[in-house]
Amino acid sequence: MIRKAKDIDERTPWREMTLGGEIYEPATSQYVNTGAWRTNTPVLDEEKCRHCLLCVPFCPDSSLPVKGGRLVGIDYFHCKGCGICAEVCPFGALSVKEGGEP
Amino acid sequence: MNYNERLSGNEAIAFAMKQIDPDVMAAFPITPSTEIPQYFAQYVADGEVNTEFVPVESEHSSMSACIGAEAAGARAVTATSSCGLALMYEMMYVAASSRLPITLACVNRALTGPININNDHSDSMGIRDAGWIQIYAENNQEAYDNFLQAMPIGEHPDVRLPVMICQDGFITSHALENITLLDTESVKQFVGEYNPENYLLKKENPLAIGPYDLGCHYMEHKVQQAEAMKHAKARILEVAAEFEKVTGRKYGLFEEYQMEDADLALVLIGSSAGTAKAAVDRLRKEGVKAGLIKLRVFRPFPAEELAQALKHVKALAILDKAESFSAHGGPLFSEVRAALYDLEPRPRTVGYVYGLGGRDVTPAHFRAIYARLADIAAGGDLGPVYTHMGQRE
Repeated sequence: MIRKAKDIDERTPWREMTLGGEIYEPATSQYVNTGAWRTNTPVLDEEKCRHCLLCVPFCPDSSLPVKGGRLVGIDYFHCKGCGICAEVCPFGALSVKEGGEP
Repeated sequence: MNYNERLSGNEAIAFAMKQIDPDVMAAFPITPSTEIPQYFAQYVADGEVNTEFVPVESEHSSMSACIGAEAAGARAVTATSSCGLALMYEMMYVAASSRLPITLACVNRALTGPININNDHSDSMGIRDAGWIQIYAENNQEAYDNFLQAMPIGEHPDVRLPVMICQDGFITSHALENITLLDTESVKQFVGEYNPENYLLKKENPLAIGPYDLGCHYMEHKVQQAEAMKHAKARILEVAAEFEKVTGRKYGLFEEYQMEDADLALVLIGSSAGTAKAAVDRLRKEGVKAGLIKLRVFRPFPAEELAQALKHVKALAILDKAESFSAHGGPLFSEVRAALYDLEPRPRTVGYVYGLGGRDVTPAHFRAIYARLADIAAGGDLGPVYTHMGQRE
């Protein structure tokens, strides 16, 4: 039986899959490309961003990565394009454009 | 050590639960299974068990609570009947597909409507495809014995499936019978501890259960469930053999009564088998080669074993205590008849739907069936294969 979720895919034979789809490790959602669901796409204007990080706790996913106290971009692999970040940005640094492509 | 007692079927199940002392019982009362959580709640109140008793607001919740408890690593039990089982329907599939070996005491009762509280098998037959093992009892002793065997069957790593232990509402659940019990120490030894490899409260190994299964994974998990159900057949027999060593009482997938040289036979489930055996005994005295098979295990369905046991029979009646409104016969009829298809020659078979909503069945009914079977065996017309028995004409 394959134990790691990242090693189970659409080619895995039934004998090697975990029973009932059990997952034996945490945080496996990071492997799932939920960004493919996006119909609208937030865009970051780095010039306008003051790194207040107000957008970060509002993101319903974890698609706004922070490093050293600074917003370092948008994780488009997971961002579903809800646009909440653009709504809450006080500086107009985040805007939403039509379509799924960044 | 075995000792004798007098218990109703419900008392017998509650007492088995007390002896097992499961971690969690979640239940909602419904006739005729109400007494099981009632007696058990008394054991809890009196400190005779260590079980967490969860009085829920519905059967959907009792099954949900059992699922949560079992996934957490606890041994969970519940009891229900009829509409209560129907209300669990959605969660029954979740329990089975999440491979959680919950044990459910089902006290069979007709489904509404019209409203009726008496026995037939339409509740458990309606949920036969949910992925639960189903074991049926003829009398109180079998209900008790089957319940003690449920966990060693369902919890085995090759199986990991939930188990329903069924008995006939009122007929066995509320009737006092002499019963032989196993002492609690031996029960605990026989049933053993529940030690799943993975569970939610195992902190060294985080676990997620019941994930969203896309089209690329769902079918594989269903095949796993189907395989587990095949494994269950062997495990049921293994556990029965172990049980016989402890109690001297023998169980199989079904009981064969006077089948060795039988020309005419019945297949049926539950307490009616006792009545039918009385008819067989009388017919045998009259020189009629009558026999019957009482099915104990309906899921997994012992198709090959039944075909072997029935291959020499000339005429066979299959009796359903449940309607399926297929306009062709009940579920037991369909499955047993299909199991005989590859035999050459095969018995000529007819089906009866009987006993709905507690309608009585007597030895005279069975004698009439055997008389018809004798006629069919002698080359007479098969006649209609789907009929009802016991209704006023």
